Amino acid sequence: MADSASSPFAGDGPELTFRKGLDSGEFKIQKCNDCGSTIYYPRAVCNHCGSANYSWHTASGNGTVYSTSVERTPPEKGGNQNLAIIDLEEGGRLMSRVVDIDPTEVKIGMAVKAFIGEIGGTKLILFRPA
Amino acid sequence: MTHPLRGSSAVVGIGLTEFGDLPGKTAIEVLAEASHNALADAGLTLRDVDGLFTSSMERVFHPLQVCEYLGVQPKVIDGTNIGGSAFVNCVHTAAMAIATGECEVALICYGSISRSNRKNKVRGANPNAGALHMSEYQSRQPIVSYAMAAARHMYQYGTTREQLSHVAVSARQWAMKNPRAEMRDPLTVEEVSNARLICDPFTLFDCCLVSDAGAAIVMTSAERAKDFPHKPVYLLGIGTAITHDQIGQMPDLTVTAAAQSGPRAFAMAEMKPSDIDVAEFYDAFTINTLLFLEDLGFVPKGEAGPFVADGNIAPGGSLPVNTNGGGLSCVHPGMYGMFVTIEAVEQLRGGCGERQIDGAQVALANGNGGVLSSQVTAIYGTDETL
Ligand SMILES: [Zn+2]
Repeated sequence: MADSASSPFAGDGPELTFRKGLDSGEFKIQKCNDCGSTIYYPRAVCNHCGSANYSWHTASGNGTVYSTSVERTPPEKGGNQNLAIIDLEEGGRLMSRVVDIDPTEVKIGMAVKAFIGEIGGTKLILFRPA
Repeated sequence: MTHPLRGSSAVVGIGLTEFGDLPGKTAIEVLAEASHNALADAGLTLRDVDGLFTSSMERVFHPLQVCEYLGVQPKVIDGTNIGGSAFVNCVHTAAMAIATGECEVALICYGSISRSNRKNKVRGANPNAGALHMSEYQSRQPIVSYAMAAARHMYQYGTTREQLSHVAVSARQWAMKNPRAEMRDPLTVEEVSNARLICDPFTLFDCCLVSDAGAAIVMTSAERAKDFPHKPVYLLGIGTAITHDQIGQMPDLTVTAAAQSGPRAFAMAEMKPSDIDVAEFYDAFTINTLLFLEDLGFVPKGEAGPFVADGNIAPGGSLPVNTNGGGLSCVHPGMYGMFVTIEAVEQLRGGCGERQIDGAQVALANGNGGVLSSQVTAIYGTDETL
């Protein structure tokens, strides 16, 4: 058995590391040291090769809209909202919202930039047009 | 070499409840009614059941409750929840249990009062709760996930709004031939395309119904299947595949896990898409039907839109799809997986009346779960196909 200090699982889990990053204004992202893939969302093992050997980087925040939709809601109930899937420049993909733009104007292929926002009291990654 | 599961088990009983509004009933009561009906259809009772397979969105310990409620103490139990495809996955695990002698009479059962719950503002378990790095976005699931799959398919392959509408219209045309179907009024492409937008590009008619309904089937070994009241419908091939949980982690929004489960099922059945007489897909949304036509190999990738617009899956078309009217027009409780199986079995029994496909001998049933997350493909045949 590996001693706990050298175990890749020692210390804070990747989820807490990621959340602490958001709290300090940093969008942190994992890269696998074995296969080179970007791991997103944060994981204790690489979902591309199974390795537990990864390093943390600051994401560029550059992304491209892979798909998009508009959740149609009457104005009195909050109005239309965009929902999108974003491909990150480093690799990796996430579901998020593109804001600061008419939700119907978000198009597939559009360049977007990440920022740390908040929904319902939870900090998370949102995007606005680049 | 022939796969050991090919033709080793058969569906010998099917049971349904009424569809739609079942006021004054609980979900487990609906499940029990469907189970009772399926066993009666097979000339059996709950006393004969030694394998129990079920799933639910309602309760964590659902399988325990089902066994307790029905008074069944099975030797094999599977309550895996991989979404609405769970009930086709149950066919997979039941077939393995039967083939290895672990059980003899498998009951696969489901009951839901989704519509009544919605009316009465009873909130069931939220499938988004705990979805990693997704639930906090408070998105409109599952509709918006499927909508984004449709948007991507349109972008990548030029699939049109009208082609999506043809899926809903084809399903409705079948439903109009099914006395049990909930939605039997004529529906036009224009009505679908111009209906209220829910999540772009989906309008109201791209989305499945929300129903109260129960359904159950009984499976047993091929050997034993010959001695039942109805002619057995044999499981010829089956495959299960999973690509993701949430839509943001789907590797390619235009290719579902059916591209894996389908070839496995066809290989086991020793068949190809052109051998299928009738296909039943889990059409939670119109895009599902297009994706499964492509991923299961009925048409090349990107060509399902024109195929459907040409009337191929509607009554009189080259490939009858969702002959009961599907989740879009027949019935859709929270999880529709059981209903693809039952329609496939009914078509192979030959008792579908106005919607019967003449001489149908091979049927495909594809269960979908989550947000295009899991796919289970099953191929059934009559004794002539063994
Ligand atoms: Zn790796």
